[in-house]
This record gives sequence, C-alpha cells and structure tokens, in this order.
Amino acid sequence: MTAIPFKTAPSLRSNRRWALIAAYACLGIFVVFFLFPPYYMLVTSLKTNAEIAELASNPWIVTDGVTLGHYEHLLTESSFPRFFLNTTIVTVIVVAITMVISVLAAYSLARLRFWGSGVLATGVFLTYLVPDTLLFIPLFKIVGWLGLLDTYWSLVLVYPTLTVPFCTWIMIGYFGSIPRELDEAALIDGANHMQMLLKVFIPVALPGLIAATIFAFTVAWANFLYPLAYIYSESEMVLTVGTVTTLIKGDVFHWGGLMAGALLAAAPPVILYAFLMDYYIAGLTSGATKG
Amino acid sequence: MADVTLQNLVKTFDTVEAVRGIDLSIPNNEFVVLVGPSGCGKSTVLRMIAGLEDVTGGDIRIGDERVNDVPPKDRNIAMVFQNYALYPHMTVAQNMSFGLRLRKVAKSEIRDKVQRAADILGIAELLDRRPRELSGGQRQRVAMGRAIVRDPEVFLFDEPLSNLDAKLRGQMRIEIQRLHQQLRTTTVYVTHDQVEAMTLADRVVVMNAGRIEQAGTPDEVYHRPRTRFVAGFMGSPAMNFLDCQITEENGRTVARLAAGPALPLPAEQAARARSYTGKKLVAGLRPENIREAAGHDGANSSGVPHDVSIDIVEPLGRETIVYFRLGDATLCARVGTEVHPSAGEQTSLVFHPDRLHLIDPETDLVL
Ligand SMILES: Nc1ncnc2c1ncn2[C@@H]1O[C@H](COP(=O)(O)OP(=O)(O)OP(=O)(O)O)[C@@H](O)[C@H]1O
Ligand SMILES: [Mg+2]
Repeated sequence: MTAIPFKTAPSLRSNRRWALIAAYACLGIFVVFFLFPPYYMLVTSLKTNAEIAELASNPWIVTDGVTLGHYEHLLTESSFPRFFLNTTIVTVIVVAITMVISVLAAYSLARLRFWGSGVLATGVFLTYLVPDTLLFIPLFKIVGWLGLLDTYWSLVLVYPTLTVPFCTWIMIGYFGSIPRELDEAALIDGANHMQMLLKVFIPVALPGLIAATIFAFTVAWANFLYPLAYIYSESEMVLTVGTVTTLIKGDVFHWGGLMAGALLAAAPPVILYAFLMDYYIAGLTSGATKG
Repeated sequence: MADVTLQNLVKTFDTVEAVRGIDLSIPNNEFVVLVGPSGCGKSTVLRMIAGLEDVTGGDIRIGDERVNDVPPKDRNIAMVFQNYALYPHMTVAQNMSFGLRLRKVAKSEIRDKVQRAADILGIAELLDRRPRELSGGQRQRVAMGRAIVRDPEVFLFDEPLSNLDAKLRGQMRIEIQRLHQQLRTTTVYVTHDQVEAMTLADRVVVMNAGRIEQAGTPDEVYHRPRTRFVAGFMGSPAMNFLDCQITEENGRTVARLAAGPALPLPAEQAARARSYTGKKLVAGLRPENIREAAGHDGANSSGVPHDVSIDIVEPLGRETIVYFRLGDATLCARVGTEVHPSAGEQTSLVFHPDRLHLIDPETDLVL
C-alpha cells in the first residue's frame, strides 16, 4: 500500500457520509410529501362524521374516538362491493387481453424482420400519444354502435386502446435486449415457435412483462374518463366513478366514506406493486451469455 | 451421423452478398473448420446449415434429405454459440435436457444421458446450478453438454472458444478434439483462430468474401496454398510477400527478390516458373524459411545468405521473431534463440527457397 489511499480514505469516507445524508434528506422529503395524502385519507376515514364536520378539530389525528363506521357502511350498505367486483373483472380481463396482444405484437416487431416492421413499431407508439380526451368521443360512437354503452364491457373494449400500444412499446425495447441466440438455441433444441415463446422467451422476458402488466393494471384500475363517459347505471359502475358519484350527493360530500373508499380502492395496486417489484428488479437474464 | 452437402449455396441480405456460391461436401464423421477474415460469411453458412437463415440460392443436404425448407428443430443438428446462449432460468441439468424433454424422451433416459454428458465434460457437480453461477469456461462446457446429450447428426460450432482466455481456450480445444474422437459426429466449426483450425480440423475451409478460397487438410492449406489470400491468411506471423523477377542464371531458374537475394528455385518450382521468365511475380516466403546464418543444420543448406538491417526483435522464449527491412518492404523471420540480434544491427539472414511460393499477381493464384 502506498500513502495515497491512506491519505484519501478519510475524505472518501466523509464524502460518502455527506452523500448519504443528502440522499436520505431528499428521500425523507419525498416520503413525507407522498405519504401525506394517504395518511390524511386514513385519519379522516377513521373519524366520526361529527368530528370531520367540527372545524375546530385537529385534522392530523383522531381525537373523538376511532370508528370503523364508514368502512362498515361502505361494505354493507353501499354498492361499493359491486364497484370493486366490476373493477376487478374489467382489470383482469383487460390485463389478460393486453398481455396476449402486446407480447405477440412486441415479439414479432422485435424479432421477426418483415417488411415495414420498423415503421409499424414507431406507429404503435405514436397511437399511444393520442390523448384519451380526444379519443373518447369517436370511441363513444363505436361503443354505442356495438350496444355496449352503460355496461362495463365497454371498458373492456376501450381500455386496450390505451394499454396495448404502450405495453407493446416497452416490451419491444425489453425484448430487443434479450440475445437472439437464446431463441435460436431453443429452436435448434427442437422447440417450435410457440414452445420457444412459452418455455424460453417469456420466462426470460419476465421483468419486461411485469413492467407492462403493472402499467396495464394501473390504467384499467384507475381510469376515470371512460367510465364517466360510458356508464350511468350504478350496477355497472367501477370504483373510480362509482365511489365519487354515490358518495357525493348534490353538494354534500361524505368525506369519511369517500376516504375509506379511496383507501380500499388504492389497496390492490399497492399490494400488486409490492409483490411484483421483487421480480421486476431481479433481472432474470443474467448468466444467459458471457455477460 | 450424416454427411452434409452444400451446393452452390448463396445468401444475400437486402444488398449484401454474404455468401456467393459455396460448394462443399462434408463426409460423415469429418471435422471441418471454416476460417476466414471477419465478415467473410462463415457464420452465415453455419446458420444456413442450422436453418436459422433462409437460403437465397442453392441446396443444403443433410444425409440424403434436402433441408432448405426444413425448420431447425427437424434437422437434428446441435449448435454451440459464441456467447453460449444458455437458458438463464433453467439449471444446468434443465438446460442440457431441454431438447430431450421437448422430444418427450423418458425421464430415466434423460437422467442417464445428462449424467453421461456431464461426466464426459466434467460438470457433474454443477448440474443444479444456474448459468449465472458458472464461470465462462463452465458455461462453455454446459453449452457443449446441451449439444451432445441430443446425440445429433451434425454439430455446429460458431467460434465457441473466442470468449475464453488463452489458457482455457487451449484446454477446451483439446477437449473438443477428444470429444470428436469419442463421438465421431460430423462437425462444422467456425473460428478465427489459426491454431484451432490447424489442430482440430480434418479439413480446413478457407473463406474470403463469401467464397471458398481453398479446402484441404491443414497440411495442404499451410504448405500448398492455392491463392495468395490463403498463403497470407494461414500462418502467424503471416507469410512475407515480395516482388520478384524470374530469370535464368547459369542454367538455373532464379527468383530475384526486389532489393534482396536471388533465390535458385528447386526443380519442381523451376519447371512451373520457367514460362514466366523475365516477368514479375510475387514471392511468398514464410518467416520460418528465413533463418539465422550461424549454426543452421546442413540438411537445409540450400539457403542464400543476405545482409539485412534488423528493425524490431520479439523474443518469444522458444524462438525469436525478427522484423527487418528489404527495400521498401518489412519482412519477418523466425530465428532460433541461440542468436541474439538487436534492433538496428546489420546481420546476415539465410533465405531458404525450398518452400518459396510464387504467385502470379494477375490472377493471385499460386503457381
Ligand atoms: N442479418 C444480417 N443482415 C444484413 N447483413 C448481414 C446479416 N448477417 C450478416 N450480414 C452480413 O453478411 C456478411 C457475412 O457475415 P457473417 O456473420 O457470416 O460473417 P463472419 O464470417 O461470421 O464474420 P465474423 O468472423 O466477424 O463472425 C457480413 O458482411 C455481414 O455484414
Ligand atoms: Mg461470425
């Protein structure tokens, strides 16, 4: 060892300490910033109506006794369970449709060299850039013509127009990073294209698929505009619009119920993310090639 | 086990003519090595045999069957890729057995075959690991194991050792040789590496710009190259090329090197060169045919000494590579370790014409 590392070591260590302090300070600010709304929702949903209405009460903590009344009401006396079920049905089907279409589309655009595949790949992405606020009127016509207005099946039909282009696009990128020799090795080993896709390609591409799934899930779970435009009956409504329309009567806001509903509605995505993130980050491709 | 026949094989990518008409017939059990500079179409030929690229023109036969339109899975071939291409989500055993599982081979049989292949390659204790937990050399073995468990009719290798360090490459080369002696499967092997080509091949196929320049035993392509390209490509350091003039002196046919000695040609060469008397040719002389003056053995004493000035000296231990100038050309010689030339020194080197190659510069063919 020469003297140089000995001399620089303390300053390196203090550099590192400062970097850590700065990083944690920034993180701390963000955590507070982003956790404030959920915290506020939780606190409000646990308060009695009287305490919520009381202007003098402390908004940050429950002072008047914790109640689960809002949750009870929501789950037993409102259409909330119905909304939850509808959203779940729509989301599951939309995610399934999206993944089947996008995986096949992205695979062919990323791997099979055919005439115009490059242009097509760009085109797929461009369709994603058309905002849904522009699309919902023409789509209204189509949905109406198909007789799907005022059913959640209209959402099953229109959500893929949002999810498929973007999912295809991120997967084209991910698939492109998987060495082509991997598919070729499978083909030579005796797989047909379908076996190769299912047994080799998709398992290896899983992190990309999970990213796409998360996106499709989020869109289908949380979209507000389409259900607002296409669905009017309470029995067909999904969480986003249903919670708001049934818990705001005229200009009366049922804050406790709204907050409880929002919290329950937000739970599944959070749970899904937490569950899938590990896979997402794990990066399964390492070791395929010389790397 | 099968023979492989390529007939007038052509491949064009959009505008690039990668392979321009290749005829090659590979008998059963033969180990053929394709060598050539980067971009000459070696991989493309291999990939067409594998069925990974469509054939633009010509025919490929494996055994008696024309396989141009047969998908890879039905060709019964196995391929080892340069970057191994192991399935990262499977264990070593699963990687090796993938092809057998697809073919619905009985479980017990799969286990036996994988075990046997693992024993041959010395990877039996790695069977439960995943590719990311293996070193480069171990991955390479697994890739070979995956090929041999299938018991294919043809092995295809695309630069399988080029990602390994020199020492490991040497070991694996010997192992591939042993494997071929054991299995005798028809093999097509692509490489950049001269040593691999010379040591592994029953037959070396030298390719250039999409064509075969020469196909022959390692000995043939080294000692009797047909074209200037082959002469210059095979051998390291490369053959020296020098302009020369064919003259008759004292009743002997002589190749007078530009700014160098006049080399009397051996009888056989002389007969071929005689019709070029008075014309310019290119002389090709390998570094090992230019030796130190002192102490060289009497048997090869047909050499012609010539004074040169040493430019660069590379002592390699077993021998010394010497670069020197002759006119405008820089030439290379291999000398023994008993002499110690130093840069800038004037010394006498002996040119041995018995292995001189004469090349017609108009056709680039060796006479
Ligand atoms: N998919 C492709 N599209 C277009 N051109 C290609 C494609 N694959 C190969 N080529 C071209 O074909 C020629 C031969 O390529 P090939 O890969 O067979 O060379 P190679 O001899 O294997 O070279 P290397 O030793 O560098 O691996 C090259 O000029 C290459 O640019
Ligand atoms: Mg290649």
